[in-house]
Amino acid sequence: MNELLKQLTEAVGVSGDEKEIRLLIRDLIADHVAEWRVDALGNLIARKPGTGESSLRVLVDAHMDEVGLMITDVDSNGTLQFETVGGFDDRALLGKVVQVGPQKLPGVIGARPVHLLKPNQRQEIVKVEAMRLDIGAKNKDEAAGKVKIGDRAAFVTDYEEVADTAVGKAFDNRAGCAALIELLRGEPYPFDLYASFTVQEEVGLRGAQVVAYDIAPDAALILECTPAYDLPNEKDVSPNVALGRGPSIYVMDAGTIQDPRLVSHITRTAAAEQIPFQIRQPGGGGTNTAAIQKTGPGVPAATIAVPGRYAHTPTMMISLTDYHNVVKLADAALRRLTPELLQHR
Amino acid sequence: MDIVPLLKRLSETASPSGYETAVTEVIREQWQPLVDEISLDRVGSLVALKRGQGEEPADGRRPRLLLAAHMDEIGLMVHQLVAHPDEAGYGFLRLSSLGGVDTRHLYGQLVTVHASGTEPRQLTGVIGALPGSLQPKGRQGKPYGYEDLVVDVGLPYRQLQALVAVGDVISFRQPLRELLNGRVSGKALDNRASVAAVTVCLDYLQGRRHYWDLLAVATAQEETALLGGFTSGHTQRPDAAIAIDVTFAKGPGTNDAVSFELDGGPALGLGPNIHPGMLQALRDAAAALEMKVNTDPHSRHSGTDAYALQVARAGIPTAVVSIPLRYMHTMVETVVTSDIERAGRLLGEFATRLESDFIENLTAGMMDDK
Repeated sequence: MNELLKQLTEAVGVSGDEKEIRLLIRDLIADHVAEWRVDALGNLIARKPGTGESSLRVLVDAHMDEVGLMITDVDSNGTLQFETVGGFDDRALLGKVVQVGPQKLPGVIGARPVHLLKPNQRQEIVKVEAMRLDIGAKNKDEAAGKVKIGDRAAFVTDYEEVADTAVGKAFDNRAGCAALIELLRGEPYPFDLYASFTVQEEVGLRGAQVVAYDIAPDAALILECTPAYDLPNEKDVSPNVALGRGPSIYVMDAGTIQDPRLVSHITRTAAAEQIPFQIRQPGGGGTNTAAIQKTGPGVPAATIAVPGRYAHTPTMMISLTDYHNVVKLADAALRRLTPELLQHR
Repeated sequence: MDIVPLLKRLSETASPSGYETAVTEVIREQWQPLVDEISLDRVGSLVALKRGQGEEPADGRRPRLLLAAHMDEIGLMVHQLVAHPDEAGYGFLRLSSLGGVDTRHLYGQLVTVHASGTEPRQLTGVIGALPGSLQPKGRQGKPYGYEDLVVDVGLPYRQLQALVAVGDVISFRQPLRELLNGRVSGKALDNRASVAAVTVCLDYLQGRRHYWDLLAVATAQEETALLGGFTSGHTQRPDAAIAIDVTFAKGPGTNDAVSFELDGGPALGLGPNIHPGMLQALRDAAAALEMKVNTDPHSRHSGTDAYALQVARAGIPTAVVSIPLRYMHTMVETVVTSDIERAGRLLGEFATRLESDFIENLTAGMMDDK
């Protein structure tokens, strides 16, 4: 059982309310870094001193927030209204259990029973505005005494490993956080490594932007968990990336062209170290690279990601082999990084 | 008796319709100390007998009350094994319903695949689908259906093929969780809440005299065929029968339908499926306990084992006692333990009030012109 992934995925940290996950990560890295601090937005920033061989300043980033819900109102009968925090398919919410607020009160999202639906209603997606969260309160006063407007709610899933795969919530992006923690726990790099566990990625890459300004790195590596769409389908739908085929390397997405020098450095490193990898097919989506690369004078940045099926559901799935290879590849790429590499265009 | 731990075991035990063995063992363990005889019948219903007490009937045959609580739950079945992108890739399972599954709730659920291969195993799986943007055009903007959904156990196709066969059963997996006010939420509370109520009833009858024999039956395959209702009505020859099941509780999505407040007490069925004399006797028992009960009208089918029991043999006077439940046929079905406890006590009180002339009076009541 991978204890790091278990602890990180089971912890809560919905965008804008990342305290629990921040404290957990602080505890997991404190003995392995020279210093750590928290900035104005709640990003956790740490420095791992290098050997002094290289003068580079390198940032490795992993966002620590996860998608979830925010309580917006309490009904007279004690049920809760909510909005989603981060991108959701409404279809992922029915029949789910969440943990609400700092007390982690269990709450459930039900719907009108299927027995009472007319045939056409069965073909309609229940919109999030029509859903209610049920914590068992009998009336508004009781519910309002237990839950505050603005409280976040996160999915609840016990981490589990099945053969080579792991199932749980929030691998997006606790898989990236776990990989970054492993790098911090490893041998020193030739340069000082700055690590950022950033907030609010899911609501617009907010945390990464200020960290990149603050650190002003020469280069940045983003560790992520990217959606894998490698499912059976009627037509030839591009799977984007697939589980078990190795770390997913971004080239271009909706927000970024990743730095080509870094991309080829990563793929050459993978080839040299015999680490399998896959290029993520260009397309939608995006990572903190989009915010980091346009900060200050600009930062060369690239992304290595663990492929994950069923993103933004309580039941994501990753390959543990892919995860370990992301750690290996990120580590090797950092060790081979030189100032010269970044001087050539 | 402490209902939550009992309900937790009952709810979390995987036993979809037709595959009730696991829950049968849990129920047997609970009922055995409370009854005189217990055995499985030929369709898999668990039948427990608690003998009546008092004067032997003149004809030697003590009247029998049958309490039917179905123990099966809705689930899924493996419809097809699919390799993606080819047989060297991962394997996925396409699905069929086992009972009245609300497919709107399936995406993102944990399941257990009861793999029947050479070495039967339980595999953890998740229910997934392609995102909307990658779905075929005609499927976009609709709830995910069986065309879209797969169970993913994270195994390569060739391994999956050795383990899983078409027709293997899939059960939902959701731990029972305690909400506020004694409310609990989980899977299969339809109808394990009623199994718990019958357990409360058997417990209530310990040390109390009841003249009639009591048959507690955990019925099989209600969700698909009312099977245990039909067959136990035949084999057990009851003189009267009560089905214990769940009904719609007020809450999100049901406030405009016939529904009942959680913690408002059991609901008693009324309609063609219910003998009016049985309903009256249940109301009398509730009055004796000073228990508030509600009336649950159903104009035709009660949607319970009572529908089968009523027409077993030459006909059986039937009633339905229901426990209000939110979000029926989902993995977050929600009930309150106080309603379970009340339903159990009501059944127990009803049983203690049955005398030798009950059926005679029931029949006479049908011709009473007052």
